[in-house]
Amino acid sequence: MNFTKTRSDLTVMLIFSIAVLTMPIWLAPIGAGYPDLLQKFAIFGIFAIGYNILFGLTGYLSFGHAAFLGIGSYTAVWSFKLLTMNVLPAIFFAVLMAGLFAALIGFVSLRRSGIYFSILTLAFAQMSYNLAYSVLTPITNGETGLQLTLQDARIFDGPAGEGLPSTELFGISMSGYSGFYFCAVVLIIAFFLSLKIFRSPFGMKLQAIKSNQTRMKYTGFNTRPYLMTAFIISGMYAGLAGGLMAVTDPLAGAERMQWTASGEVVLMTILGGVGTLFGPLLGVGIIKYFENIFSAVNEAALHNFFSFLPGFLENLMVTIITPFVGEGWHLTLGVLFMVIVIFLPGGIMEGLDRIKKRYKTEGASEQTGDKE
Amino acid sequence: MDAIFLQLLNGLDKGGAYALIALGLTLVFGTLGVVNFAHGALFMLGAFCAVSFQKLLTISMKVRDESITFFEAYKEVPYLEIWFGDFGSMIIDWSVPLSILLTIPTMLLIGLAMERGLIKHFYKRTHAEQILVTFGLAIVVQEVIRHFYGANPIPTPAPDIISGSAPIGLWLGLSENLVYPWWRIIYLTFSIIIITAVFAFLQLTTFGMVVRAGMQDREMVAMLGINVERKFTIVFGMAAVVAGLAGMMYAPILPPDYHMGMDFLVLSFVVVVVGGMGSLRGAVAAGFLLGILQSFASLNEIKSILPGIDQIIIYLVAVVILLTRPRGLMGRKGVMED
Amino acid sequence: MSNLVLNIKGVNKTFGGLQALNDVNLEIEEGKVHAIIGPNGAGKSTLLNCCIGRLIPDTGSVTFDGENIIGKQAHEINQMGMVRVFQTPEIFPDLSLLENVMIPAFAKRDGQYSFNIFKAASSEQDIIDEATRMLADLDITGDRIYEHAGSMSRGDKRRLELVMCLIQHPRLLLLDEPTAGMARHDTNRTIELMKKIKESGMTKIIIEHDMHVVFSVADTISVLAQGAIIASGTPDEIRGNPIVQEAYLGGAHL
Repeated sequence: MNFTKTRSDLTVMLIFSIAVLTMPIWLAPIGAGYPDLLQKFAIFGIFAIGYNILFGLTGYLSFGHAAFLGIGSYTAVWSFKLLTMNVLPAIFFAVLMAGLFAALIGFVSLRRSGIYFSILTLAFAQMSYNLAYSVLTPITNGETGLQLTLQDARIFDGPAGEGLPSTELFGISMSGYSGFYFCAVVLIIAFFLSLKIFRSPFGMKLQAIKSNQTRMKYTGFNTRPYLMTAFIISGMYAGLAGGLMAVTDPLAGAERMQWTASGEVVLMTILGGVGTLFGPLLGVGIIKYFENIFSAVNEAALHNFFSFLPGFLENLMVTIITPFVGEGWHLTLGVLFMVIVIFLPGGIMEGLDRIKKRYKTEGASEQTGDKE
Repeated sequence: MDAIFLQLLNGLDKGGAYALIALGLTLVFGTLGVVNFAHGALFMLGAFCAVSFQKLLTISMKVRDESITFFEAYKEVPYLEIWFGDFGSMIIDWSVPLSILLTIPTMLLIGLAMERGLIKHFYKRTHAEQILVTFGLAIVVQEVIRHFYGANPIPTPAPDIISGSAPIGLWLGLSENLVYPWWRIIYLTFSIIIITAVFAFLQLTTFGMVVRAGMQDREMVAMLGINVERKFTIVFGMAAVVAGLAGMMYAPILPPDYHMGMDFLVLSFVVVVVGGMGSLRGAVAAGFLLGILQSFASLNEIKSILPGIDQIIIYLVAVVILLTRPRGLMGRKGVMED
Repeated sequence: MSNLVLNIKGVNKTFGGLQALNDVNLEIEEGKVHAIIGPNGAGKSTLLNCCIGRLIPDTGSVTFDGENIIGKQAHEINQMGMVRVFQTPEIFPDLSLLENVMIPAFAKRDGQYSFNIFKAASSEQDIIDEATRMLADLDITGDRIYEHAGSMSRGDKRRLELVMCLIQHPRLLLLDEPTAGMARHDTNRTIELMKKIKESGMTKIIIEHDMHVVFSVADTISVLAQGAIIASGTPDEIRGNPIVQEAYLGGAHL
C-alpha cells in the first residue's frame, strides 16, 4: 500500500456513491437499467464485498457463506410475518442472526486452516441446507419456501387486510426503483465500511495473516480473534444481503443456502479480483448481467441472431452455443470459473493492472492496483 | 433386531461407495498433492457410463405390434433383440454389469485427459486454487451431462434375475422376513473386491511401493527422477477408474442424475477428513463407519428422539473428529498439515 | 549482580527415544549477549523452541522476568517481550517493506488484539515514522519502502526480519543462526547491525555456527552438545576450554 498515493477516502466514496445511484441511467443503454436486475447488482454486491473481507484479506476460503445468506432471508421473512412489514427491523434481525450463526460456525471452523477450514465450512453449510429442507420445515417451510400469508400476526401492523401487504420503509413501498435505491444506499454504507477495514491497521493485519500466519503469532498477535472478527463481519454482510433479498421479494427458500450458491460468491469475488476493493463488485456486475442475458436466450433467439450466416453455418453456430445459454448458463459459469483460475488468478483487476503497467512509462508510480 | 441388521447392511453399502470415492481422493491427494473437487464428477460419469451403455444397447426400431389387432400399434424393439432374439435381450438385461467393460477404458481415458489437460498444471499452485479450478471443472462436467441427459434421474435397473432379494434372514438363522436386495449384496462384495485390489496393487507391485513412499514423503517422490510425472498420471487414472466403477455399480441403487457427483463429493471429502488426510486405510475405515452411522441415524427410533439427525450425522461426526483429533482417525503427522 | 531476564532450569525434552535436551540450565543476564553454540543436532533449536512456546519441555521450568512461560502461547510470550528471529526468514512476503515493519509496531502498541478500523493505517504517523527510520538503518529509503518484501534477497529478508523484531524493543531477542547460509559480505553487514544493537544494551541469545560472528558479538558463550550444556563462560574461557575443543571445536583454529 502506497500511502502517499492513495486517493482520499472521501473522493473514492463520492465517486462510488454517484456511480451506484446513477446506475439506472448509465446501465440503461446496455439493457440493464431496470429495477429487478439493479437490485440484484446491489444485493450480490454486498454479499461479495463481505465475502472478500474474509477470503480477500485473510485468504480463508469459505465454502459455506450461502448459509448466512439463507439465514438472513429466513430471519427477514419472519420479521415480516411476526412483527411488521417495515424493512428496518427485518434487516436488523437478519444481520444479527447471521452474525450469531457466523460466530458459532466460525468458532468451530477457524480452529483449522487451509483446506480443512474449507471443508468444515462446507460441512456446516450442507448441514444447514439439509436441516432447512427437513426437520426445520416448521421454520423454513421446507421445499415450498417461507412466504407471507394472510394469517400472519404482524403484531405492529395488525392483520393483513385485502391481499398480502408489501414490504415498506415508513410508507414507501420497497418494490421497483424505491427498492433499488434502498439497496443502493445500503450498498454504499457496506462499501464504506469495507473501505475503512481495507485501509485500517486491522485490515493490514488481516492481510499479514494471509501472508504469514506464523510470523503474526510470533509478532505478538492472537490471530484467532482477528479471523473470528473477519468471519463474523463477512457472515453479517451475507446476512444483510439475504435480508435485502427478502426485502425486495419477501420469500425465502433453502436453495439459497446450497453450496453452489456459496460457489457463486467465490466466483464473483475471484472473477473481479480477490482482495481488491472494487474487484468483487465488478465480478458481481459481470456475472449477474450475463446471467440475465444468457439465461433469457433460447434457440429461436440464436437462430435469429445468426440468420445472416448461410444455413449450415447458422445451424452449426446455434448447436455450438445452445448448451451455454438458457438453462446452460451454469456451464458458461463453470467454464468462466476455470478460465479465470487458470489464466488470471488475480481476476479482472489484475488484468487491468497488467494492461496499465504495460502502458505506463518507466519510473512512474509503483502503485499496485490491488490495494486501490 | 431385523431392522438393525438391515441398516447395518445398508450402511455397509453406502459406506462402500463412500470408501471407493474417498480412496481415490486420498490417492490423488497423497501422491499428487492435489485437492480434487471434481472427483465426485468422476463418480457421476461412471454412473452415466452405465446409463449410456444401456441406452446404446437398447437402440430400437419401431415395429408393428402384432398383439394389438384392432388398430395399427407400434412398439419399439431393440435391434439386439431383433438380431439375436433371447440372447440379445439377455445382453440388454445385463447391461449394468457388462458396462464394466465400457467403464474401465472410458474412465481411464477421462482420468488421463483430466490430469494431462488440467491437473498437472496445478501441482505447484495453492490448495485454494486447486479447489477453485476443480470446482469449476466439476460444474462444467455436470452441466455437460445435464445437457445431454436432462435433469431428471434416469432409472437404470439391475438385470431381472438379480433384481429380487436374497433371503439373508434364512441364511443367518434370523427371521424369514429379513430379505435384502441381491444387487446391494453384489455392490458390497464388489466394493470390497475393488478396495482389496487397490490395496494389493499398492502393497505388492513396485509401482505401488513408489506410490506409498510418495504418500509418506512427497519430497521423496520428487527425487525419484524422470518417471514421476507419468506415475502421477497413472495414479490419477486409477483413482478415476475406481470412482467411475463405484458410480457405475451404484446406478441401480440410486438412479443417476447430473448432480449426484456433487452430493457424493461433499460427503466423500468429509470421509477423507475423518479418516485422516493421506491415509488410505483411514479413508476406507471412515467410509464404512460413516455409511453405517448414517444408516443407523435414519432408523425411525433414532429419528423420533433426534429429528433430522440422519441428515447431519456425517457432518456432525466430521466436526467433532476435526476438533478432537485434528489429523483424523488415522492421519499421520506431517501429512497435509496446515 | 544484574537482573536475570531468562532462567532455564532443568529442562528435559525427548522426541520418541531421543533425548534432545538433557537437564539444561541457563541464566541470561540483562544487557548481555549470550551465544549458544554446538554441533548440528545438539539441541540448540529445540532449546529456543522451548523458550518461545513452540515446544513444551517434558520437565523443568523456563521463567522470563520471573514469570513462568511454559504452556503460554507464542503471541503471549512475544507480548511479554521475548522476540524471535527465525533461521529461515519469516516475513510477510505479500506486504510492502513498510507494512512489514509497521505490523510489529502495532503489536507492541495495541497488544494482541485490537479492532481499530476507523483510523486509516496511513494516518498512523508515529508508527510510519518509526518504521521508516528503522528501514533507513538497512539503507532502504524513498520509494523502496513500498516494494513487496517477497522480492528481496535472502540476506535482506533476514535483516528485515531482524528490524521487525527490533521495532518491538524486546526485553530479550532470540536470534537463530542470523548469518547461516550468507555470503561473507552479507554476514559482515549483519554483524554490523548486531553490534549496533549491542550498543543499545538489548539482551540477546544468539544461536550461531559461525565462530567469527560468535566471538565478535557475544559476552557469554554456552556450549551445547548432545542436549546438555558442557561449558559456559566468556569467549576467552571457552576458547581455552579443553572439553569444548574435544567435543565441538575439534581442533579448529580459533
